[in-house]
Amino acid sequence: MLKPPELTGNGASLATSLFPLVISDLTFGSRERTLIDNLTMTLDGRGITAVMGANGAGKSLLLRLLHGLLTPTSGTINWNGQQLDDDIRARQAMVFQRPTMLRRSAADNLAFALQGLPRSKRKHRVEELITEAKLEHAALTPARLLSGGEQQRLAIARARASEPELLFLDEPAASLDPIATHAVEDFVRDIHHDGIKVILVTHDVGQAKRLADDVLFLHRGRVIEQAPAEEFFKRPTSAAARAYLDGQLAI
Amino acid sequence: MFESGSILSLAVGLVVSGDPELWSIIALSLRVSLTAVALACLIGLPLGAFLAVVKFPGRGGLVALLNAFMGLPPVVVGLFVYLALSRSGPLGVLGLLYTPTAMIIAQTILVTPLIAALARQSMADLHGEYDEFFRSLGLSTRQTIGALIWDGRYSLSTAALAGFGRAIAEVGAVIIVGGNIEHVTRVMTTAIALETSKGDLALAMALGLILIAIALLVNVAVLSLNRTAKRLAYA
Repeated sequence: MLKPPELTGNGASLATSLFPLVISDLTFGSRERTLIDNLTMTLDGRGITAVMGANGAGKSLLLRLLHGLLTPTSGTINWNGQQLDDDIRARQAMVFQRPTMLRRSAADNLAFALQGLPRSKRKHRVEELITEAKLEHAALTPARLLSGGEQQRLAIARARASEPELLFLDEPAASLDPIATHAVEDFVRDIHHDGIKVILVTHDVGQAKRLADDVLFLHRGRVIEQAPAEEFFKRPTSAAARAYLDGQLAI
Repeated sequence: MFESGSILSLAVGLVVSGDPELWSIIALSLRVSLTAVALACLIGLPLGAFLAVVKFPGRGGLVALLNAFMGLPPVVVGLFVYLALSRSGPLGVLGLLYTPTAMIIAQTILVTPLIAALARQSMADLHGEYDEFFRSLGLSTRQTIGALIWDGRYSLSTAALAGFGRAIAEVGAVIIVGGNIEHVTRVMTTAIALETSKGDLALAMALGLILIAIALLVNVAVLSLNRTAKRLAYA
């Protein structure tokens, strides 16, 4: 079932926060290949966290494990002392790299994520979200006819519909032009200002510099660097991160 | 020997003249087959979606069985329904044998596996696309199936039309459970079979022409539906 969104607001109003997030010895993979390898880290609930790393480092997998779409092979993920369950997942939302657009209008895509809300309130909330996503001109357009940037904003607005405390974004601006990227980044910033923790996978160093408060750098399924963004970009400590930032292949 | 040209003109004349017997046969055909397809959709679409969404032991076998049943011989289905509905059968007390209801039952059984199997395929494709998003939202199985059926409505309508094509064209099942009784259970296909064996080729031909026209209309409907879907980029 869809959980009815918290109407009183997000994060702060709830008795217990999702954070700190404590991951210990997290492993995921098949017998032949370990994709997430004994990953251990702690994350607090402030700011925008950028997850960076080369292709295959395990960034998207980590997001899926945190959101409960995949089950770890071993290890634990603790949300303020609690294991992930349906309630905790309902307090999170995720926007996928290629956002799923239902074969319906933009407005109906939003209404779909508001099934927990009484019908009378739904329409009003859809209008709010359409405005936030700056899609007033396209509310009744089939979602699959929207441009890439519009689709991405719609997907983020839709993820917001359930008033999550934590939003996962998997490369929200991959293959968007600079203007569309800018619009998506503004939207992410707005969301963060409303008190929502954002964990964002990105390959775009510029984007990470513009948005992130801190950076998690993944290499071969492990967190090899976790630092405030400014520090990370000025003085990356690991060889792999230095190589990545220099645009080289990490071996 | 008959001359084919004169049979054809007789047939066309019969269609144009609006012969009441002819039209009552056509009306019954449409009523039986459309009702059967509607019922088969009510069962087959959720069943197909369920098989696409829910994993359980034995699902593969069930899907294989369903796919095999797409080709159920109408005569065999007719025979089973006949046995069930005949006076000494388990459902004999209902007195349904040789009624349009019996024909609807037989065609529903005939068409449901076809619609369910086609629905399962398109639902499985769509589910592959939507699965992670739906799980992220925490949707129940029921909500998932409902959303898949709604979003897959264009490809599902093709499944329904395929079912209609099979129902309207089959003769084996309806002739066994309906009995081809004049003004009661005579439909196009059974009338064609009867008139041909009686030698009234004009009526048989007229019915055949209309059957083909209906098949054409169905195909046009599929095409224009798909075109509309593409235009709206929903598909």
